[in-house]
Amino acid sequence: MSGTFVGMPAFPTAARAALGDTQLRSNLAHATHTIRDKRAAVVAEVEEWEELRLAGAGVKEAALRDLATHLETLEASLTRAGATVHWARDAAEACAIVAQVAHSHGVDEVVKVKSMATGEIGLNEALEAEGIAAWETDLAELIVQLGEDLPSHILVPAIHRNRAEVREIFLRRMGDVGRPAPADLTDEPAVLAGAAREHLREKFLRAKVAVSGANFAVADTGTLVVVESEGNGRMCLTLPEVLVSVVGIEKVVATWGDLDPMLRLLPRSSTGERMNPYTSTWSGVTPGDGPQEVHVVLLDNGRTRALADDVGRQALRCIRCSACLNVCPVYERVGGHAYGSVYPGPIGAILNPLLNGVSDEQTASLPYASSLCGACFEVCPVRIDIPSVLVDQRAQVVDSHRGDRIPKAEAVAMKAAAWTFSDARRLGLAERASGLAGRVMGRFSRTTLPGGRTAAGRLPGPAAGWTGARDLPAPPKESFREWWARTDGGTHDDQDESGTTKGGGS
Amino acid sequence: MSARDDILGRVRAALADVSPAVSVPAAPRAPDRGDLVALFDERIADYRAVVTRCTRTGLEEAVAAALGGARAVVPPGLGLEVAGAVVDDGLSAAELDAIDAVITRAAVGIAETGTIVLDHQPDQGRRAISLVPDLHVCIVDASQVVADVPDAIALLDPARPLTWISGPSATSDIELDRVEGVHGPRTLHVLLVE
Repeated sequence: MSGTFVGMPAFPTAARAALGDTQLRSNLAHATHTIRDKRAAVVAEVEEWEELRLAGAGVKEAALRDLATHLETLEASLTRAGATVHWARDAAEACAIVAQVAHSHGVDEVVKVKSMATGEIGLNEALEAEGIAAWETDLAELIVQLGEDLPSHILVPAIHRNRAEVREIFLRRMGDVGRPAPADLTDEPAVLAGAAREHLREKFLRAKVAVSGANFAVADTGTLVVVESEGNGRMCLTLPEVLVSVVGIEKVVATWGDLDPMLRLLPRSSTGERMNPYTSTWSGVTPGDGPQEVHVVLLDNGRTRALADDVGRQALRCIRCSACLNVCPVYERVGGHAYGSVYPGPIGAILNPLLNGVSDEQTASLPYASSLCGACFEVCPVRIDIPSVLVDQRAQVVDSHRGDRIPKAEAVAMKAAAWTFSDARRLGLAERASGLAGRVMGRFSRTTLPGGRTAAGRLPGPAAGWTGARDLPAPPKESFREWWARTDGGTHDDQDESGTTKGGGS
Repeated sequence: MSARDDILGRVRAALADVSPAVSVPAAPRAPDRGDLVALFDERIADYRAVVTRCTRTGLEEAVAAALGGARAVVPPGLGLEVAGAVVDDGLSAAELDAIDAVITRAAVGIAETGTIVLDHQPDQGRRAISLVPDLHVCIVDASQVVADVPDAIALLDPARPLTWISGPSATSDIELDRVEGVHGPRTLHVLLVE
């Protein structure tokens, strides 16, 4: 059993709840700052980092722009190497293929390498419905699974849990699904990791079928790559007889040599290491070594939808390093659950709408979950311009509501503004009204902005949402056009009606 | 229509107006780091692996010292006498789990990142033997050490299964606090032969 994101409320509602959880905020602030500093230190070691980013972006962009060719090449290379290639249009098809492979070997359990794609398609729940237990073997995924919780970070899905919570989960739940945690378990991370080692080892040793994802799929050689730290990946990729890998179609790179910039960019961006402890690569079946039956499921599930989006296509370059999450001021405060998806943070705020469209309210709220500060773009190893995609996605959300029978207040306001701005006389009248409002506010408002300008406090009605957290400066008493008319374009004495001289110099 | 044709059709439709030609800038090279073997040594140790330098004639002794009496499995093509070691002839995972240590050679060492790459030739053995035992003693010849990742990629054969190892297994999943030793060998001992 694990939780599900289905039915999550829209971002503002979920974020409000998360912000009220002080334990969560303290766990997140500690974790994101730790990993952010580690990344910054190892990236600073690499003088040629910017050129490396350009090369990495280029490799992925080139693969995406000729994706059909590379997918056909990949399929041919994999088949030649002894793998069976499956194609899945959506989550249901992918889950059915994995379940079918498991059933064909008569197993009631599989071991899993941490994989974003299998989380995205809800594989564990689908297998459970088929009577097959899917054991997560990554430590953080294990914590999430045992806690019947949801992942909240791409790299460290249990980032929202602290050591005391992990200890409690292990003590309470490990015994239900296998070897129990030792009774004298402490909350030392090394001791907790030791308990996970003992708990999972029996599962690794007996598992017949393993399920993985892949970080990269090399078209010309049919090689899949899994980048990991703990060795649970190696266990799953090596010991079972059967291996099924669910691979998003955007994971393709054209050539073996293309792995070079990627394997230099990913570890430094992700865990803040020069190189992650273990990287496994395999091309189909190797006689006498590792799984002798190898399946690869090539997954669409919205990726072709994203591919058709001229601005958003670049999001498919993502290598799931999670650097953008760790630097995001929004993520740092609300955590991953508020995004309602296995892909949280800045990349999730663009990837979910691109994969799924913006027709549901929850997904449509995600492009607004950003201050557009741009930190995510700066750290992205494959140079995804997340802020630009966010802005474009916001436009798509607005466009999707143009046909609404009852228009949103914002749409009405924009329409009124367009009507006013399109006629000089109407604009003049509006400016006069705004000048009057400025005078009234100047007299009664108690809020003063730096520089002496007065501002409105919280306004009533529909404007409350905006003004509750922001100051609305009082409009100037005189508009530019009024000033121009009065001073004849600045050629007369530049005095306003109150008699004080404005501007400086001559 | 099959899922395959459907997906490829959608990909082509999505890219109908997109030129496939993109100029991909060449990945840059790191600046020359001087003594590669020294850098390799330093970077491996940085990830809390144990590094011992030895000569070709002193190798057998170094292996024995690294094992410290632990019961070891060796690949069939190790090319070195190790007293009391079991030669792998397709041991089961459970049998490997009862063995303390493994001794292998390596295919390539990468100085910049402190990485050892195994390509699982007969002198390194199947992937399972260097995974299940808790101590991995890995013999790397100084002549196998290259500067950086691109050099390793150029030397390695993608048709072979590859395992890139940078230090012992590790996790940072609890409060981002790094712990060495989870599922893979908890101790990595590199014998650097000159």
